[in-house]
Amino acid sequence: MKCSNNPSWVKHRLAMRCLYMLNYLWAAFILIGVVYAAFSGNIDQLTSGALDSSVDAVNLCIRMLGIMCMWTGLMKIAEKSGLIYAMSRGLAPALSKLFPTLPRDGKAMEHISTNMIANILGLGWAATPPGIKAMEELQKLNPDKTRASKEMCMFLIINLSSLQLVTINIIAYRAQYNSVSPQEIIGPGILATLCSTAAGIIFAKIMEKRRNT
Amino acid sequence: MRAMLFVSNIMIPLLFVVIIVYGLLKKVRVYDAFIEGAKDGFSTVLTILPTLIGLMVSIGILRTSGALTALSSLLQPACATIGFPEPALPLTLMRLVSSSASVGLLLDIFKTYGPDSFTGRFVSVMMSSTETIFYTLSIYFVAVKITKTRYTLAGALIANFAGIAASLIITDLVFGR
Repeated sequence: MKCSNNPSWVKHRLAMRCLYMLNYLWAAFILIGVVYAAFSGNIDQLTSGALDSSVDAVNLCIRMLGIMCMWTGLMKIAEKSGLIYAMSRGLAPALSKLFPTLPRDGKAMEHISTNMIANILGLGWAATPPGIKAMEELQKLNPDKTRASKEMCMFLIINLSSLQLVTINIIAYRAQYNSVSPQEIIGPGILATLCSTAAGIIFAKIMEKRRNT
Repeated sequence: MRAMLFVSNIMIPLLFVVIIVYGLLKKVRVYDAFIEGAKDGFSTVLTILPTLIGLMVSIGILRTSGALTALSSLLQPACATIGFPEPALPLTLMRLVSSSASVGLLLDIFKTYGPDSFTGRFVSVMMSSTETIFYTLSIYFVAVKITKTRYTLAGALIANFAGIAASLIITDLVFGR
């Protein structure tokens, strides 16, 4: 990183390390597994365990292929008909309560609502680009360019509190492992998601009222 | 609590009806649009296949070695006091760190305990109401070079713990043990 001479980037290198951590995790899982198996006497089953898992992954993807294509197909209709756009406009009244200082028809508001709708519909891959654009727009309005504004904090806390209403991938995984009713978790999932988002919003609103935090 | 299950059953059929009727009203060629969108699903699934193979193999090794079962029984006393299903604890912690590794552990729980067990239902609800906070936070803050993140991490952690606690209580109320 070219910013490494700036001490404030030290924190960020830690953040970036998070992204590479999976390499260590993955290696640790395998190494711990092999060593543990050697001591517990399960080493004879390890080869078939590894082989079976790789085949499981492919079987799972075949089922996922059907379910995900159905979902992205349905979402394409919603996108082409303007339903997704209409829904993000529908978020406007709620968003102006959460972000009272942002201009209602501004670019920041537009990107925030697109990001939230994509998250709500479970289109994770479609949520990140507008999310980053929203952060860039919020940064333009931010007086201190190194310190997160309270709008950024609110936006990210809501974003990270999970917004997804229909977790189609979890339903697909449940179906693959022969759940009697793969969809039974949608309702409870929505309720739990509302709880987490509400907790995040309340916390952010309390922190906004305090100074120097 | 039966209402929750009704919502679950009606949600996807309802989405079909709403999206298709809205599409027809807006004169979208709905079938053509569906086919076009379905093609996008291919690339999504194909990109996750290598990740899934990698993680399922590593977690498969960990499971067959007996290490995961040993870890569960080690966590059992602490989890039992709050009614937390101990096989779900590694997954719950992993969920906050890595999305793909947590999917690997989720699938392992479905395989070992079944998606319709209490643990299976709890982790399904929990995965729906939590996020990979550390990774996502890094991406967004690095993109705009913010270094003082203030109370964002604390807020995200509080929201996620609320989601985990709510999942446990709701799963218990809706499905029972």
